[in-house]
Amino acid sequence: MAMNDPATASLKTPIPPPLILRPTRGLAALNLRDLWIYRELIYFMTWRDLKVRYKQTVLGASWAVLQPLLQTLVFTLLFNRAAGFAADTGIPYPIFSFAALLPWNMFAHALSTAGHSLVNNRSMLTKVYFPRLIIPMSPVLASLVDFLIAFGVLIGMMLFYHFDPAAGYNIHLTSALWTLPLFLLLALITTLGVSLWLSALNVIYRDVGHVIPFLTQIWFFITPVVYSSQAVSAKWQILYALNPMVGVVNGFRWALFGTRPAPGPMLFASTLVAFLILVSGLFYFRNMERTFADEI
Amino acid sequence: MKSSMNDTVIRVENLGKQYKIGLQQGSGLQSRYRTLTDTIASLAVAPVRALRSGFKRQPNARQRNRFWALQDISFDVRRGQVLGIIGRNGAGKSTLLKILSRVTEPSAGWAEIHGRVGSLLEVGTGFHPELTGRENIYLNGAILGMKRAEIDRKFDEIVAFSEVEQFLDTPVKRYSSGMYLRLAFAVAAHLEPEILVVDEVLAVGDAEFQRKCLGKMSDVAQQGRTVLFVSHNMSAILRLTEETIVLDRGRLAFRAPTPQAVDFYMASGFSQAGERNWEAHEIPAEAAPFRPVSLRVRDARGRPVDSLRSVEPITVEFEYTLDAPITGLRVGIYLLTMRGEYVFASFDTDDPGLFERFGARPAGHYISQGVLPANLLNEGRYVLGVNASSFRIRRYFQDEQALVFSVDAAGAPGKQWPEPRVGPIRPAIEWKIERI
Repeated sequence: MAMNDPATASLKTPIPPPLILRPTRGLAALNLRDLWIYRELIYFMTWRDLKVRYKQTVLGASWAVLQPLLQTLVFTLLFNRAAGFAADTGIPYPIFSFAALLPWNMFAHALSTAGHSLVNNRSMLTKVYFPRLIIPMSPVLASLVDFLIAFGVLIGMMLFYHFDPAAGYNIHLTSALWTLPLFLLLALITTLGVSLWLSALNVIYRDVGHVIPFLTQIWFFITPVVYSSQAVSAKWQILYALNPMVGVVNGFRWALFGTRPAPGPMLFASTLVAFLILVSGLFYFRNMERTFADEI
Repeated sequence: MKSSMNDTVIRVENLGKQYKIGLQQGSGLQSRYRTLTDTIASLAVAPVRALRSGFKRQPNARQRNRFWALQDISFDVRRGQVLGIIGRNGAGKSTLLKILSRVTEPSAGWAEIHGRVGSLLEVGTGFHPELTGRENIYLNGAILGMKRAEIDRKFDEIVAFSEVEQFLDTPVKRYSSGMYLRLAFAVAAHLEPEILVVDEVLAVGDAEFQRKCLGKMSDVAQQGRTVLFVSHNMSAILRLTEETIVLDRGRLAFRAPTPQAVDFYMASGFSQAGERNWEAHEIPAEAAPFRPVSLRVRDARGRPVDSLRSVEPITVEFEYTLDAPITGLRVGIYLLTMRGEYVFASFDTDDPGLFERFGARPAGHYISQGVLPANLLNEGRYVLGVNASSFRIRRYFQDEQALVFSVDAAGAPGKQWPEPRVGPIRPAIEWKIERI
């Protein structure tokens, strides 16, 4: 460029240190440094996912709110009167299910978008280098943004039930509220872990694309979104707790409304499983990453 | 780093890349992937196979399904050098560029890169049709590795270069393809990498776009940056590069100042006299269902030969297989001089009657034969290329340097004067001399 005067030249990014390209074997290094260097790309990709999702829709981002609201409405109509669904919790069914739907929808949406993310961004993978982790990460982060928007509605619903004397419910903020971000973190860890597995597997086995809706549905039933986890009999509780989303949903309800079960030893099982999924997912992804461009 | 090495920006040592057969060149058009059923099936068959072979060890079982797309490549590139890379289809040029730009990992050896690698091939990578021009500039810039501040700083320059100011806030799906290409190129061109990789940009876009690409390349070279230029176009290679490496079947065959390298490339590798056969690994996956088999030139007596006479007709024979029927197919030849200038192009169904009969061809084995009339070519060496395509629909296969042959002008008109004649053709012109 003719416009390269010394002033702009000094602003140029410094020449990066020499880069050695060689075959990596076994469990490849996670190379989180590159992820840090490319942090702006994480932001742009997340922003793109959000932007594209609501382009050419009449209602735009309000879908992030409408979707869980409509789901809650349906669940309330279907299950409110059914025995045992929200038994003994002492909180209104709409808010009971809505609080669970927030982390659940984040998880389910991220799975279906992240699962296809590598395949859908094939042209990027085969043409230019950037840390591949960014591709499944950005739909997960986009789902987190949707979660935060919908969370505002939850606050509104809680206020409504708090101030509505006719309802006869008494919703107060619990002292455990500070633990809510921790449960959100647990949900994120689980979501990212499963997303990494599915997206990488989908590169090699396109069957995964067909399995994801089915997997999400089954997972929905083994997670106490529409019912209370106390409806599950005691002898199954240990197995049940191996599902990290059980820990997340129970934790959300406990932190928000103080409903039982309070987090106990089972939460450790949930957390451990979530970490196992994430760590194994990271390694599997990194290991597969070497051949993404060749196999996709 | 030792200070003596400071001038080397790319150093490649014994670099190799192994592919599983059937996985090469994931062009996106025809990606091949395993399904669970395949894997389960092969798992189920494995014990049977083991029983049959009596549990004998098969050391090559793993190797058999693999091949080296690139092997034992070593070279280095100095700062500010413009290096040409040439080789036939499947020689490993794209694989080499993919490794150097970190898209894929090498299977052996190593490469050392000093500086950011940018590629004019990446034009428009990650562009999203629903996003506006402005939004895509930022997104694409970030994908190419630019910082946000850097994009902010270059934004006006990028917009001016792309000439799409009025449409900045329009989704790019409403852009014309020319606008789209200009915007995409503008972003890529402002990446200002230390190393620029250019792979066959000359194959896409209109003349104006190609002119811009080449202009950008010389700009970059003049700034003392390094350029790797891959092309099939020998005249572009000769014009733009000082030094060139020749790849042949995944190996580095030759490195020399460009004119020598081009001569070497044009003259060598075409070992069989008057005949060229395609091996499986030389046929890109996207050629399917078209499969080239061989190309021959025969003299007047029907022998496949390397050297032909100008005064006799030359028969060109292209043998190929269609694994599935193709409609609108035309199979043709190009003739080029050694310097890469076209002499002519011709298709087997140029005749409307033949197109009617053979435009839609069922699966099968075919030979398309054409006869070049006598007294057509001047003496010299010529390059024969082949092309199989459906007009405006798809190009199945193209190899612009399929075969080289030479023409001897013995007995041609004007041969009584022992001087070379200019130009690629030597027609027998009917002269009439009258005294008036």
